[in-house]
Amino acid sequence: MKQSHAVAQSAAPIRGRQALTPNPPCRPPRRFALREPRRERLGFMNVDERNYLVLDKIIERYGERPGGLVRVLYKAQELFGYLSPDVQTHVAEKMCLPVGHVHGVATFYAQFVTAPQGQNVVRVCMGTACYVKNAGDILDRFRELLGVETDETTADGRFTLRTTRCIGACSLAPLLTVNEKVHGHLSVEGVARLVERYREDDPDGDEEVSPVGRERRRQRPASDQGAAPPPG
Amino acid sequence: MLQIHSPTQLAEVRKICEGAFARQKRRFLVCAGTGCVLGGALEVYREFVRLLKERGLPTDVELLFEGRETEVGTACSGCHGFCQLGPLVRFEPEGVFYTKVTVTDVPEIIIAALDKNTVVERLLYLNPDGSKSLREDDVPFYRHQKRVVLAYCGLINPEDIREYFAVGGYQALADVLTRYTPEEVIDAVTRSGLRGRGGAGFPTGRKWASARRAGGEPKYIVCNGDEGDPGAFMDRSVLEGDPHSVLEGMAIAAYAVGAGHGYIYVRAEYPLAVERLTVAIAQAEQHRVLGPDLMGTGFNFDIEIFRGAGAFVCGESTALVRSIEGFRGMPKVMPRPRTTEEGIGGRPTLLNNVKSFAYVPQIITRGPEWFASMGTETSKGTAVFALTGKAKNSGLIEVPMGITLREIIFNIGGGTSTGREFKAVQTGGPSGGCLPKELLDMPVDFDSLKSAGSMMGSGGMVVLDQDTCLVDVARYFLEFTVNESCGQCAPCRAGTNQMLKILEDITRGRGKTTDLSWLEGIAKAIIAGSICGLGQTAPNPVLSTLRYFRSEYEAHLDERSCPALHCKELIAYWIDPDKCAEPCRLCLENCPVGAIAGKWRAAPVIIQEKCLKCGGCFDMCPDKYRAVIKVTGPERLNLLERGRPARGGG
Repeated sequence: MKQSHAVAQSAAPIRGRQALTPNPPCRPPRRFALREPRRERLGFMNVDERNYLVLDKIIERYGERPGGLVRVLYKAQELFGYLSPDVQTHVAEKMCLPVGHVHGVATFYAQFVTAPQGQNVVRVCMGTACYVKNAGDILDRFRELLGVETDETTADGRFTLRTTRCIGACSLAPLLTVNEKVHGHLSVEGVARLVERYREDDPDGDEEVSPVGRERRRQRPASDQGAAPPPG
Repeated sequence: MLQIHSPTQLAEVRKICEGAFARQKRRFLVCAGTGCVLGGALEVYREFVRLLKERGLPTDVELLFEGRETEVGTACSGCHGFCQLGPLVRFEPEGVFYTKVTVTDVPEIIIAALDKNTVVERLLYLNPDGSKSLREDDVPFYRHQKRVVLAYCGLINPEDIREYFAVGGYQALADVLTRYTPEEVIDAVTRSGLRGRGGAGFPTGRKWASARRAGGEPKYIVCNGDEGDPGAFMDRSVLEGDPHSVLEGMAIAAYAVGAGHGYIYVRAEYPLAVERLTVAIAQAEQHRVLGPDLMGTGFNFDIEIFRGAGAFVCGESTALVRSIEGFRGMPKVMPRPRTTEEGIGGRPTLLNNVKSFAYVPQIITRGPEWFASMGTETSKGTAVFALTGKAKNSGLIEVPMGITLREIIFNIGGGTSTGREFKAVQTGGPSGGCLPKELLDMPVDFDSLKSAGSMMGSGGMVVLDQDTCLVDVARYFLEFTVNESCGQCAPCRAGTNQMLKILEDITRGRGKTTDLSWLEGIAKAIIAGSICGLGQTAPNPVLSTLRYFRSEYEAHLDERSCPALHCKELIAYWIDPDKCAEPCRLCLENCPVGAIAGKWRAAPVIIQEKCLKCGGCFDMCPDKYRAVIKVTGPERLNLLERGRPARGGG
């Protein structure tokens, strides 16, 4: 699947970047030849092969435009979950770019990850508004409960702990996102319950930590006896 | 489909839209800004739609355009501003303002509004004096504001261009295309005194003139929506609440400088803004107010959204250009040509902030003199701030330039939410600084903030109270810049790292007396030696806190104490046996590491060696006792040595 037929370097508007001309000379763009028996053929492929096919389509579509690499990497991450060295090499080959360039971009931006992610990605917001409302303590509690450092994944693959830059919902501070779901007005005590709910795959469980307007500071919890003990 | 084939036709379309929306007598406007959406505003909206349908009341906007009258409608709008109390709902035309609306409140609101002609008392805004405010204008948070760029944000549905037409949208563009030469447009913007709202405050008119003069084709317009400052969401709210004003401003700019293609660079963290912009651009193209041969005038301008991938430094103009070109977003090395001369692909590129573009249509329609009449001598117009942190009323505000910090924080923000005394306000994000309460009466504009050691930035304003340790805040911002430094030039890459290490030592009680002079020395070197704005302003949080809160640094160094009782290594928790009257064991049961030892019919004791200082017991202790106490400095040492902080005389 990985022959290096590739898209020609764009004529518009990036010029004067000759330093980036790849080592093998680029062949002219070739239309992708998988049309009619697509469904049947895709059926025989494994997930990765299929993803590479889709990725090639994306590269064909966006690869020539300025900034195409960022879009392609977005899509690649969506497909594969993370940007593995293989995927980066593949993108580089198809786009006629040095692998180092692709890797440079993939590691520069905060949105791209180059390691496999857990089933639930917890992103604790570390914006100023959250930080002054003790987001640091919440992050510490997660570290302690999950037994991992920031940017690491638990051994069972259930959780990845990350921090995120301000997501601009400062009135809900301190907040975090798990996958795409946002939990606002958090408290250190609420963390254990939140983790427990995701362990049981029941993120909506009892909405204790979530919605707006419930400042739980200095409040006697009704059901805290049920909270999970720390592991170990 | 209402298509506009000539500028004069726009007036007809506006009449149609105005007429259509006038046929809807009343409507429920649900705030769908990010803050409210995360609080469940969309569910509230869907409930309104469902219940109104159940009553047999058609809410479809299309009916209005078919000439039918509808009794009542409902719509989502952009951010109303008062995010603290979201989800917000406004009932028009009375303007009844409901706060913290949940799905279960919807039936009650509908019955009160349509059947009983009353209001739901309990959902109204509660004033500090205990009275209730019926309308937005009565709420202190809104009363002291002046909304210009946010005028339609929260008033119209951002996903329906016809509402923007109805309030006079795209009229400025039509006027410009028919009656103005490009030079006249630039002259109008120059006379208005508009300065770039991205933070540095470069005169917008001058930038446009320089982009017009620059040779080379094609030219590009870039709207900078890479709002990377933590604690700021002004640009996001404008993009989500009134995207067409930005598109119109960009089109006017394109006409003025002679560009044909535009990019909107949006932060990766703002999916809703991307979604709304996509809809807005598609609608604008369908109605021919954007795209090839727009409004039949022969002028072409199209806009493309570029989703950033998360890098603070991409807010800098040359870095943003590199990012759009598909490279690592690193600023170009000095000396470098301005982006107005050499931007995307080496072509002239006009790059402005979201709000700068959003002001332009109003400057054209209402005249540059009107805009220049607001604000101070050097800073005209209004300023948009995201008031967050420990402010009681946090949210999005717009005020005339020259208003004092006191008015913003106390009249609009309502003081601190924690009831603790106000300590400082942080403006300008990682490039700005912390201003103490002595400077509260300072008028806010570009130059006054700069001379006070902070900066306007794009408009984040984080209120800090007595519980916030400013050394730790400085450390936090340094940590941010260390993470976000592109690593290209040594003063920024290595210098901020060194400063961070020193600050970490100070907050951990390992500081040395020479540290402060070292900090100042490194800061000077970073300011002098960095190549871009991020580096040159990175030491600002440290320098401003050193300037106004030096005593706090000295306390950390000399007494090993943290006056705000925040730095973990410098505090200890202690349960006062005199106050712990009735051992409720709440602290004991909730300690995650079992560091609290219970005693039979006596106050529990914290085992200091085991304590993580998570503060759980402090938060758990019921208000009537408040027996868990934080101690620092000499008291902490006493506690560690003798098990009791010897407090003078008692």
